[in-house]
Amino acid sequence: MRQTVAESASVSAREITIEPVTRIEGHARIGLRLDESGNVVEARVHIMSMRGFEKFIEGRAAEEVPGIVTRICGICPWQHHLASNKAVDGCFGSEVPPAGRLLRELTQVLAHISDKVLHFFFLAGPDFFVDSHQCAAGNIMKIAAQAPELAKRVIEMRYRGQMMLEKFAGRSIHPDAIVPGGFSKPMSRPEREQLHADALDQLDFARFALDFAKERVFSRFDAGLMQLGEINTGFLGMVNPEDGGLELSDGILRLMRPDGTFHEFLGREYTDFIGEHVEPWSYAKFPYARAWGEGFSMLLDDPRGIYRTNCLARINVADFIRTPLAQAELLEFRSLFGRPAQSTMLYHWARLIELLYACEKVVELLDNPAITDQHVRNDVVPKAGRGVGCVEAPRGTLIHDYSTDENGFITRANLIVGTTHNLAPINMSVNRVARDLIKNGEVTGEALNRIEMAVRAYDP
Amino acid sequence: MSLTLCSEALSGCSGCEMSLLNAGGSSLSLLDRFDILHMPILMDHKYFDSSGGTQEIDIPKAGLGLISGGVRNEQQLRIAEKMRRQCDTIVAFGTCAAYGGIPAMMNLFEDEDLFRRYYRTAEGTDAAPNPLQVIPPFLERTFALDEKIAVDFILPGCPPHPDVITSALESILEGKSPQLSLLSVCDSCPAKREGKGSAQRIRRFVKNARYQPDKPISEMRCLLDQGLLCMGPVTLAGCAGMNGGPPRCIEARVPCRGCHGPVRKGGNQILDILNGLVSNGIDTKNLPDRLSLLRFSGAHGRIKRRSAPKAD
Repeated sequence: MRQTVAESASVSAREITIEPVTRIEGHARIGLRLDESGNVVEARVHIMSMRGFEKFIEGRAAEEVPGIVTRICGICPWQHHLASNKAVDGCFGSEVPPAGRLLRELTQVLAHISDKVLHFFFLAGPDFFVDSHQCAAGNIMKIAAQAPELAKRVIEMRYRGQMMLEKFAGRSIHPDAIVPGGFSKPMSRPEREQLHADALDQLDFARFALDFAKERVFSRFDAGLMQLGEINTGFLGMVNPEDGGLELSDGILRLMRPDGTFHEFLGREYTDFIGEHVEPWSYAKFPYARAWGEGFSMLLDDPRGIYRTNCLARINVADFIRTPLAQAELLEFRSLFGRPAQSTMLYHWARLIELLYACEKVVELLDNPAITDQHVRNDVVPKAGRGVGCVEAPRGTLIHDYSTDENGFITRANLIVGTTHNLAPINMSVNRVARDLIKNGEVTGEALNRIEMAVRAYDP
Repeated sequence: MSLTLCSEALSGCSGCEMSLLNAGGSSLSLLDRFDILHMPILMDHKYFDSSGGTQEIDIPKAGLGLISGGVRNEQQLRIAEKMRRQCDTIVAFGTCAAYGGIPAMMNLFEDEDLFRRYYRTAEGTDAAPNPLQVIPPFLERTFALDEKIAVDFILPGCPPHPDVITSALESILEGKSPQLSLLSVCDSCPAKREGKGSAQRIRRFVKNARYQPDKPISEMRCLLDQGLLCMGPVTLAGCAGMNGGPPRCIEARVPCRGCHGPVRKGGNQILDILNGLVSNGIDTKNLPDRLSLLRFSGAHGRIKRRSAPKAD
């Protein structure tokens, strides 16, 4: 008989291992250590693998790299694609024509939509709206069994978003249509009309998703959930340099302290503001706020340099959202939770507000007649240089930093990918939940699933 | 007819799993025909149960085992071996599993070069020794799946098209072998070719291809003829699915880079394209970034470490 998955954790003497962490992207193991009284003294999230992109793109022709680094992630390839192209543009000194910039922003924002739908309904959502007496037995197949119309609509909407990208740009997963100097092909008017019609359907769905979530999920966020993995951190996200509005594609970076004060900086200044710390028990590094001058610590009672990224961070650091429906939702959110909001479960709410923004933004971009202009790429000339390309990936601020030699080949690269900013906060949230819910050696399936729920909120 | 399924992802990126979900409504009805026992991205079966210990990875017995990603570290090797023991049929799902994929580009370098860069010399990183606790050590390089376990079928593509995935899974459900194309990307490409190519030299893709934006691809001159390096002649067809659409990179007016792996069994994409270019009278001596041509198929010993000593 297949065992209850919720109770599947290895308990050996004073150690509990949860592996793999499921319904996330990537490989992680959670290791908990209990003392003699059965209380948690240590909780760690081990990132179990690494591939080495920043090393093996050395020696490659820079214009080939944006088609290679998409393979960092099959869920957010468009963000790596755009950040990489921006870094190469920086090295080569390329200027992108207006239509090229519009198409770049359109495809990258469109890609956010599919990820948010995937995450809320397929990955995290099953913890919230699958009726099951067994914890952690929720998954998309069970949703399909219990709520077939909802499942059908969700799958159709995600499919539609991917097909919008595919029909126009050739590929939705691992694209190559963004190129140094612009975009590989212009958009035709019939393409624009079709995409616009699809975008309106997406916007409809985003409104439905938020209404559904507020009624069926967020209304049930009791004190237990609101405090799940609760930590107090700073936040990092991109904003418009002129007015501080939410930005996903082109902007400056705003690093906010827990008290709401902040620094702002350009992408290329990132090493002055962000440091990276290494722990001996994880392949991934831990970014921290070097700019605060307090060093790095993940101790729950003495956190230092800890900030979060991803949607909750972005809506915290932004002064407002330029699109009307999302802005109305943000005002409601802030009236309930203040600014910055710290509760980890609110990532799910913030994610759906961002979904709404992304859908509105796509309609807005397609409303712009300049998007069908035929001049989409300027020629580029490979040369020596340095470029830092930043975008907001669904998981957080993405930084691609390259240098090239006189032939335009990569000599060095540094990458900070969105999710890594959240690795220290994830460790802290797991630590918090584990200490709150595991006491005196009592380990329940529900507690173990709640620990994973704290991880999933970050969409790592 | 229903079949039990276990699915694992090793050194890859989840793109293959996302492509499976991109089949839209068919994804759900297809997944429904399997009894999914283990699939970390979608459901919660774990490696370790409450009887204690983390030595034996628990993967249930199943009719079908799907494995994406190549084999990079010792834990991934154990998982692959366990999947082979437990599953009747093993499918190498995607180009990483079949040929090593992009992560096998690391085979050019020593791992210590990576660790030095990543943990000590990267800008903004507080230098530290290599992490060694709990996490699985690397193997000596990145391997394709069939270098470590017996594989029954491969499903190449980065990622494979959703229709190709669903068709393959349907075949397996019916007890048949999945059928892959035998053609090259060129065979499925509508671009205009005029006999032997007229390009003499390959240029870097720093300027868009020449085409009329409002006209279909069939009126665009073959990219190789335009002097752009296109891996179409040496790459397996299928990226556009089963409905005869143009190759997807060509759809974007961008040359193919070979993500479906070699068209002929055991083919070496670099040697094959060089032979093809030379036989068309194209000067290959100054080909920029030759190694990039093996970016998808660097396992099986094709990408080898440089023998020259590295300066620090």
